Amino acid sequence: MRYLPHTEQDIQEMLKKTGHTSLDDLFKTIPAQCQLKKELDLPEALTEWELDSHMEELASLNAAFPKQKIFIGAGSYPHYIPSLIPYIAGRSEFATAYTPYQPEISQGTLQGIYEFQTMITELLGTDVATASHYDCGTALAEALLIALKKKKKLNKIALSSLIHPHHRQIIKTYLDPRGCEIVDLPFKDDGTTDFSPLDAMDDIAGIAIQSPNFFGCIENLEQAKAIADSKKALFITSFTECLAYGLLKSPGKCGVDLVAGEGQSLGIPQSFGGPGLGILTSSKKYIRDLPGRYVGRTKDKNGETGFVLTLSTREQHIRREKAGSNICSNNGLNALTAGIYLAAAGKNGIRALAQLNHDKAVFLEKELHKAGFTTPFSQPFFNEFVVKAPKGFKEKRDAVKKNKGMVPGLALEKYYPLLKDHYLFCATEVFSKKDMETMVREVK
Amino acid sequence: MENTSGISGLILKEDFLWNKSRKGRCGISIPKQDVKQSLLDPELTGDAPELPELSEFDVVRHYTRLSQWNFGLDSGMYPLGSCTMKYNPKTNEVQAARPGFAGAHPLADEELCQGALEMMYNLEQFLAELTGLEAVTLQPAAGAHGELTGMLAIHAYHEKQGHQRSKIIIPDSAHGTNPASATLCGYKSVNILSGKDGILTPESVAEVMDEEVAGIMITNPNTLGLFEENIKEIADIVHDKGGLVYGDGANLNAIMGIVKPGEIGIDVLHFNLHKTFSTPHGGGGPGSGPIAVNKKLEPFLPVPRIAKNGSTYALIQDTPDTIGRMLTFYGHFGVLVKAYSYILSLGGKYLKKTSQLAVLNANYIKESLRDDFFLPYDRPCMHECVFTDKNQEKNNITTLDISKRIIDYGFHPPTIYFPLVVHGSIMIEPTETESKETIDEFIAALKQIAKEAENNPEILKSAPHLSKVSRLDEVAAARKPMLRG
Repeated sequence: MRYLPHTEQDIQEMLKKTGHTSLDDLFKTIPAQCQLKKELDLPEALTEWELDSHMEELASLNAAFPKQKIFIGAGSYPHYIPSLIPYIAGRSEFATAYTPYQPEISQGTLQGIYEFQTMITELLGTDVATASHYDCGTALAEALLIALKKKKKLNKIALSSLIHPHHRQIIKTYLDPRGCEIVDLPFKDDGTTDFSPLDAMDDIAGIAIQSPNFFGCIENLEQAKAIADSKKALFITSFTECLAYGLLKSPGKCGVDLVAGEGQSLGIPQSFGGPGLGILTSSKKYIRDLPGRYVGRTKDKNGETGFVLTLSTREQHIRREKAGSNICSNNGLNALTAGIYLAAAGKNGIRALAQLNHDKAVFLEKELHKAGFTTPFSQPFFNEFVVKAPKGFKEKRDAVKKNKGMVPGLALEKYYPLLKDHYLFCATEVFSKKDMETMVREVK
Repeated sequence: MENTSGISGLILKEDFLWNKSRKGRCGISIPKQDVKQSLLDPELTGDAPELPELSEFDVVRHYTRLSQWNFGLDSGMYPLGSCTMKYNPKTNEVQAARPGFAGAHPLADEELCQGALEMMYNLEQFLAELTGLEAVTLQPAAGAHGELTGMLAIHAYHEKQGHQRSKIIIPDSAHGTNPASATLCGYKSVNILSGKDGILTPESVAEVMDEEVAGIMITNPNTLGLFEENIKEIADIVHDKGGLVYGDGANLNAIMGIVKPGEIGIDVLHFNLHKTFSTPHGGGGPGSGPIAVNKKLEPFLPVPRIAKNGSTYALIQDTPDTIGRMLTFYGHFGVLVKAYSYILSLGGKYLKKTSQLAVLNANYIKESLRDDFFLPYDRPCMHECVFTDKNQEKNNITTLDISKRIIDYGFHPPTIYFPLVVHGSIMIEPTETESKETIDEFIAALKQIAKEAENNPEILKSAPHLSKVSRLDEVAAARKPMLRG
């Protein structure tokens, strides 16, 4: 096996040194009753070339960007990934390194993450960002745990029903053991969150909304902040489409306390939903509450600037059962990737891309409108929107899916049972005008 | 320092991205504007974020220089105990990058994702077979996330039994993530001490086990690199009082094909695919932490689950007793592809050989260095061995000094000051993919360092000497945090 360098002679020499008679003999401290009596029932080893064909066969069974046109976002967005990104992020000095616990020989990862933290706070208008989390859903759950920790006497949080349904499930799963009450905030006719259930409540630890929300609509964060303030609750926002903040007013500017987001759009492949990039960022006030790693700037003993993992006394490897979170490994390489993407796109690139995404989505929505679809929600959207489909759409969608390699929209009924025949569409810079016209023509 | 890998070389300085920015540059290709521009209400928009403005080449050179300040596994031996820094095969990267995987949308209709689902289904089967457990979820994003998933399943199990419990037994040698995960489920940690030979005794468990204890979290082999020989007896004690046994699979690399955790009393076990199954650590992730469970816990696994019906694969979105959902989609799929490729490349036979050679390498290091460094537990080890700085104390040399000096010899330092049960621990895990020659060089370097500690302690105190920066002021970094530029 090409990964195992030992020759028979090596093995014999080494066994001699350790005083064992055979490889099996190395395991004699394991009681016989614990040892496996038969061989593992696993496939025989494949050659590299057999593996290639097997994997290509599996991969070819999936509909995937760019071959297929999948007009769905809902937490995973098709975007162009410049060649430099996988090339640089794939450099083995980055990819095969461990967590930078030995800073003297990890300055590359450390400065890369420091620059990521800097650019994320710039993008979102916040003060501090962690070195990353798993994904938006888990980052958001952690943000709510912070709210509950900060408001010790309260055990109630409010969640917009327009937060990604999967994220709401994660939050429920994380919070269930504490028996915390979750107030569900319904949505209004315009496609944004309805805060009215909070009118009679004054015991909410945190209020969370997503913007752009699951319907693609842009929430009014300043208004929501005022409501949260009036309830003395922490105001938490999330987002699944990071690119939106190349255009939209940043959550930090709107006074948001904690922001949890998904950074997949920043140069990270969709990869059937993971690994993505959890972003956790906040105002200065919560610097010691955010879970996970930070990279900080310091000096070495010769006065040279350098970087280290810092404020780790908050973390599990030091605080153990008293830690606020159990996170250890995060999604570091994807944070570095996002950093490379933000650096390459830059101020002008991110703005231009964000604007283009919006333009494409507006175009697609208009085309669908012409084809008999209606728009139930009036609030402006970024690059996703909901339409109500005309009769017969489902059948046409199935046919197009099968024959044309296109996936027109995501059925919402599964997530919102009242929204029969409603579909969530997404358009990004990867869809040409022609792609969109073709799709609309097929489902008309 | 003759014949060692570490020599000083040309290291290039590199400024921050923003200091290299020049107004008007952009490093990406923007698609053509083939539709009309549509402006949003200015009330909703903000100013363009002040990101650096760089050309493509600026970016490439910047990060290439940064990368050269890093020591990766491909650069040299990385004997980090409990981290299993084995070779990350390059074919795995090729497989994960196939457009059919990398471009797959998680919410595309099931019939359009059959290849992805088949891969995941097969991987679940492989992991179940390796552990002798019934069912697997691939959802958890990392080892600690797997722990949380497993502990939530245990929590849900007791809830279903009609009596929630309040405590979890955790040995002193456990990873910090264990007690932190238990706390998130509302359990209080009851710490127990390892016995004098470094392993748990049934008596210490029996003493604290009662009907209020939800279970025990055990790492086996433990973090001292020793097999918990009393595991079956301990599991019986816990099971007799209605508790469950959580297995931390961080050290699975020692026992593949040799022990099936499910057959020695483990009810739930997490994997670290980025350790045992060769996927890269990425400088801190993304990892992947699937869990395997037995029949008792299967009903509580997170959804969706993957089912095979004839020759097609489907997602089961809800089950009556599920704990819910742990990650937005199905797990770190890209990492799963790599682990699956690894298992297929080795097959059952070479996975077992992997564990045998990992254990051989660790024992070889232990035997080779026993006269130079203090061995707190002098018994046959599994895939890692733990030394301490006790022999060097008289020269005022600490584990930190030794580990920093190792850098000058061209090796990554071992895990230090963990496990906490041993004072000044130096935990070495060579893994099976390091050759005898490399290991001999590593041993020679450590022997040399032991001599230096006697003859020239100052050179250890001031190490490392050849890295881009010397020891950094961590106290200042924490006192006045500077977390952004």
